[in-house]
Amino acid sequence: MRPSPARLLNILVPVKRAVDYAVKIRVNAQQTGVDLNVKHSMNPFDEIAVEEAVRIRERLSKEGSEPVTITALTIGPAKSVETLRTALAMGADSAIHVEIPESAPAPEPLGVAKTIRAIVEKQKEKEAVDMVILGKQAIDDDLGQTGQMLAGLLGWGQATYASKVELDLEKKNAVVTREIDGGSEQVRVKFPMIVTTDLRLNEPRYASLPNIMKAKKKPVMKMSPADLNVSLEPQIETLKVTEPPKRVGGAKVESVDELVEKLKAAGFTAV
Amino acid sequence: RPLLSRNYASASSPHALIFLEHRQGVIDSGSLSALTAASQLGGQVTGLVVGSSEHVPTVVDKVKKLKGLTSLLHSTSDLYSQQLPETLAPLLQKLLSGSEYTHVVSTPTSLAKSLLPRVAAILDVPAVSEITSLEHDSSSNSTTFTRPIYAGNAISTVRLPSSVPIKFFTVRATNFDPAPSEESQEIDVKAVDPVDVQDCPTEHISTQLAKSDRPDLSVAGRVVSGGRPLKNAETFAATLNPLADILGAAVGASRAAVDAGYADNSLQVGQTGKVVAPELYMAIGISGAIQHLAGMKDSKMIVAVNKDPDAPIFQVADVGLVADLYEAVPQIIEKLKQ
Repeated sequence: MRPSPARLLNILVPVKRAVDYAVKIRVNAQQTGVDLNVKHSMNPFDEIAVEEAVRIRERLSKEGSEPVTITALTIGPAKSVETLRTALAMGADSAIHVEIPESAPAPEPLGVAKTIRAIVEKQKEKEAVDMVILGKQAIDDDLGQTGQMLAGLLGWGQATYASKVELDLEKKNAVVTREIDGGSEQVRVKFPMIVTTDLRLNEPRYASLPNIMKAKKKPVMKMSPADLNVSLEPQIETLKVTEPPKRVGGAKVESVDELVEKLKAAGFTAV
Repeated sequence: RPLLSRNYASASSPHALIFLEHRQGVIDSGSLSALTAASQLGGQVTGLVVGSSEHVPTVVDKVKKLKGLTSLLHSTSDLYSQQLPETLAPLLQKLLSGSEYTHVVSTPTSLAKSLLPRVAAILDVPAVSEITSLEHDSSSNSTTFTRPIYAGNAISTVRLPSSVPIKFFTVRATNFDPAPSEESQEIDVKAVDPVDVQDCPTEHISTQLAKSDRPDLSVAGRVVSGGRPLKNAETFAATLNPLADILGAAVGASRAAVDAGYADNSLQVGQTGKVVAPELYMAIGISGAIQHLAGMKDSKMIVAVNKDPDAPIFQVADVGLVADLYEAVPQIIEKLKQ
């Protein structure tokens, strides 16, 4: 019998359950937040993160190197386990659910980053994490901070807004193409490292029914913030949430002539 | 006497450190808006310029005249010629640790968004992204911000209380006027030593910038944007560029157009691309998904041309024309010429 191959790569993918991107959200009457009794799904950038982890494994297994272990992770109320099942159905091997009460306020990026750091340190005892792949932002709070904060806390290299990730297992680094203002750049980052995903990184797959069934049998480890000795108490006070000012649009014109007249009346002429 | 009864002792005056960003020696215009926001805190504002010896002197010369700055720091090193969060974070950490700074401010460029949360976490403080207004209360040492959430479909009012000793935030440039220059201004300009980084985990390899003679999308007064119906990169350019040229406008694109390769990624307007608020935004063949509207609905005048009369873009457009864009756009150009 062949000896089992050495551990190659251990990837952690934090995912967030968020209001589905297609839902037109409504601010609640108390102005404390938005109505959350709507369709939720995995944050789109996190789907890209899971997909990238799975593709990394597929690429490496084609080259004959195995295994890659992919652990999905979420912090959220009981329902967030659905999001973990989606990640497992896409190809993650196991999952960790840091459960918080339904009534708990939404964790902030710093709290989330500290929780992920605690898990990374816990993992170190058995299989050190080589790479954490996160979405570049969650489409609910639109803060876009967690990956960078985690990199800061761990003192790891970070490749944010990744549109391409190429691994060099021998040298234990990755060359990442990043989307930047006005173009792109390449950086080489040593393992262990943080990647945050841009839209252009990949096209996430749909989980097939057999994979969804299989995902139900994959292990999900439950933990509490207290188990990890972290606090998710918000430091930013939300005073209120309001509707944005309504734009009164909808005025249609019948012809190009009318359109150009309106442009010119508003002072927009040829330069 | 009444004057003496006023109590200044407990109120500490805010002192902001603003990360003034430049690209190869050219100051980022968003930094000028961030400076206006920093000035609204009502205290001192110290600028920070970091880069290579080739660029820093030019940038310092320009920014030291900026109205609202009360002092300026600069740090020069070969290490900073390619600005990486891993090399810049230790410098910021050193400047901020045990310092008098109460706020750290920047414009949300891709560098600042990568760097500032890293530094905030190292200093164990939260950060607030892309604020659209702010108010500082010196007596309680708390700062209240508004910022859009859910792709701009809700506005959140949040407060960083006094328990957060250094308050990090990025400023949405479209909500603040750029700070002007004052020729007569004389401020204290000081060099600070770079912080050496041993064994940096990250190394810059190369940069590719999309070249364009057009105005920069995020600050242009006029923007012409195209969507998926523009078929391919050639048609996109051939249709929109003449219109942009005659209006002196920047060109933008919807996610669909960028994904399909019609336009460079950096031209994407929306929740996950650029946020623009020009005087005129012309949406050509753009349906108006929530995510796109998030990036342009604060434009002063929105003009939409779309074949589909039910396209959501018409709900926000000041002037909407239901028409085939291939017929309408050349006619618009023709009529604008007259």
